[in-house]
Amino acid sequence: MKINDVILKTVSQAGVLIILTFGVYLFLSGHNQPGGGFIGGLVLATAFVLMFLTFDSETVNKAIPFDFKKISALGVLLAFSSSALPMFFGQPFMSQTFGYFDLPIFGKTELATVTLFESGVALTVIGVVVNIITSISEDE
Amino acid sequence: MNNIILLPVLIPVMVGILLIFLRSYGRTQAWFSIFTMAATAGISYYLLEKVQSDGIQRLDFGGWAPPFGISFVADSFSLLLVLTASIVTFVCLMYALFSTNKLLQTMYYYPSVLFLIAGVNGSFLTGDLFNLFVCFEVMLLSSYVLLTLGGAKRQLREAIKYVVINIVSSWFFLVALAYLYGAVGTLNMAHLSVRVAEAGQGPLLTTISIVFMIVFSLKAGLLLYFWLPGSYSTPPVVTSALFGALLTKVGIYALFRVFSLIFNQQPEITHAIIGVMAGLTLIGGSIGAIAYNDIRKIAAYNVVIAVGFILVGLAISTPNAIEGAIYYLIHDMVVKALLFLLVGTVIALTGTAQLHQMSGLMKNYPLLGWSFFITMLSLAGVPPLSGFIGKVLVSEGAIESGAYILLALSLLSSLFVLYSLLRIFKNSFWGETIVGKEDQVPLNSRFLVPCLVLVLLTFGIGLGTEGLSAYVTDAAETLLNPDIYVDAVLEGARP
Repeated sequence: MKINDVILKTVSQAGVLIILTFGVYLFLSGHNQPGGGFIGGLVLATAFVLMFLTFDSETVNKAIPFDFKKISALGVLLAFSSSALPMFFGQPFMSQTFGYFDLPIFGKTELATVTLFESGVALTVIGVVVNIITSISEDE
Repeated sequence: MNNIILLPVLIPVMVGILLIFLRSYGRTQAWFSIFTMAATAGISYYLLEKVQSDGIQRLDFGGWAPPFGISFVADSFSLLLVLTASIVTFVCLMYALFSTNKLLQTMYYYPSVLFLIAGVNGSFLTGDLFNLFVCFEVMLLSSYVLLTLGGAKRQLREAIKYVVINIVSSWFFLVALAYLYGAVGTLNMAHLSVRVAEAGQGPLLTTISIVFMIVFSLKAGLLLYFWLPGSYSTPPVVTSALFGALLTKVGIYALFRVFSLIFNQQPEITHAIIGVMAGLTLIGGSIGAIAYNDIRKIAAYNVVIAVGFILVGLAISTPNAIEGAIYYLIHDMVVKALLFLLVGTVIALTGTAQLHQMSGLMKNYPLLGWSFFITMLSLAGVPPLSGFIGKVLVSEGAIESGAYILLALSLLSSLFVLYSLLRIFKNSFWGETIVGKEDQVPLNSRFLVPCLVLVLLTFGIGLGTEGLSAYVTDAAETLLNPDIYVDAVLEGARP
C-alpha cells in the first residue's frame, strides 16, 4: 500500500530550507553567542535526516552524491589541519587569529581562523549523525 | 612551548584520516601505518632525550597558560611509555601486514589502529584530567571497532560485555571528574596537585579519589578484570596483541599519575587499597592462568598477573619499587605483545587453541618454539631478560617497606606465570610430533620476523638496563616528587 505523503513532502521541502538556514545562522553566530560548529552541524544534520525520512534514500543519494563517511573524515581533517597550521608559524597548536576586513556587501567584517576549525567540526557532526541514522535504517 | 610533544598524537590521527580516503588500497594503508609508527617512535625518542637535557616539556594549546587552558606535559615517565607503545605498535603492524585478510583491511582496520595509538599516546601525554577522559574515549572507541571487526559470534558476544563495562566506567569517570571539579575547582593535574595539598585531602577528597581508583582499576584490570580474559582472547591476533600490550597499561599509567601526583596525601588509605587489590589480582590471575586449556585464555590471564605485579610497585611507593614498576611496565608492553603474537601464530599453524590438541611443534617450527621459550623465561623474570630488573627492584622495595605479604604474592605469581607457560611449552612444543615434516603448515618467515624483533627487544632491555636506567631514574624521581612536575607546568603562575 502506498501512503499518501503529499503533505509531508510539501512541508519538508519548505522545512528543509528553513532548517538549513537556521543551521547556518547558528553556525555563524557561534563566534560570540550560543551556537557554533557542533550545534550548527547537528541542526544541519537534522535537515538531511528529514530528507531521508520524507524521500527514499535513493532519491536523496542521487541529489546529494556524497559519501557521508568521507564527509566526517574530511571534517576531522579540516579541524586538525587548521589547528596544526599555526605550528608552522611558530605558534602553539590550536592558536587562533582574527582580523577585520572590508567586504563589498557586509562592510567591516571580522574574519577569524576559528571558523575553519568550526566548519571541520560541523562537517564531522553532519557526517556522523547522517551515517548513524542511515546505518540504523538499513537494517531489516 | 614545544609543539613537538603533540606529534605522537597528531601524526597518527592525520595519517589515520588520510587512510580513510585510501580505503580500497589495503597494502598501501599498511605501509603508511608502519612508517607512521616508525616516525612516531623516532620523535618520542628525540623528546625523551630533550627532557633529559632541558627538563619537562609542555605545550599549551592555543597559547592559553595553565591552569586555564589544556596542556600536554611530557616527562620521562610519559615519554618512556609513548616510545615503547610506538615501537610495539610498529612491530604489531609489521605482523598485520601479512596476516590480516583483505576484508579486514578495507574495513578501516589501519585507521582504527592509528586512532587507538593516538588515544593511547594522548593519555600518556596529557596534563589535564578531563583531556585524559577524552583520550581514553578516543582509545576506547577505536578498541570497540577493532574488537568487533571480523564479526565472529564469539567476538560480538565478548564485545557487548566490553562495551557495556567501558561505557559504565566512563560514566563513573565523568561523575568523578564532576565531583573533583566541584570540590577544588580545577582539572589541570598540576594545579590539582597544589589545590589538593592545600586542602589537605580530607575524607571527601579521599572518597573522590577512590571513585577514580575504581574507574582506572576497571580500565587497567586491577581486581576488576572479569571482562578482560574474554575480550582479549577473541579478536584477531594483532588486535589482541595490541590490546594486551597497550590498553591495560593506560589504566595503570593513570593510576600511577593520579595517585602519585594528585592524591598523595593519604597513602595509608589509598595506597593500602591499591595494595590489597593488587594482591587479590595476583591471586586471581594466577588461578586463572593455570585453570584453562585454551592458550589464548592463559595468555590473557598473564596480562592480569602483570597488572597486579606493577601495581604492587605503586602500593609500596618507595623509590626502588616505583623504578621497578616502570621497568616492568616497559618490559611487559614488549613481552605481552610478543606472547600474544606467538600464541596467535601457534593457533594459526595448528588450527586449534586447545592445549591437548597440539604436540611436538618444536620439531616442525624450532625457531618459534625457542622464541616462546625465551618469552616464558622473560615473563618469569629470569636474567638477563627484561623482566628480571623490574622484579628485583619491586621486591627490594617490598622488603624495605616490610610489605612481606605483597612480596610473597608477587614472587609466587612469577612461579604461576612460569608454570602456566611451561604447560603450553610442554604440551604443544615438546612431546610426540603429530604432523610430519611434509604435511606441516609452512610457517612464513614474515610472521616470525616481528616476533624475533620483539625477542631481540626483550634481550636488549635486559642487557641494556644500564642505558635505560638514566631515563627510568628520572621518571621515578618525577613521580615521587610531584613538585618537579608542578613547577614545570605552573612556572610563574604558582601562588
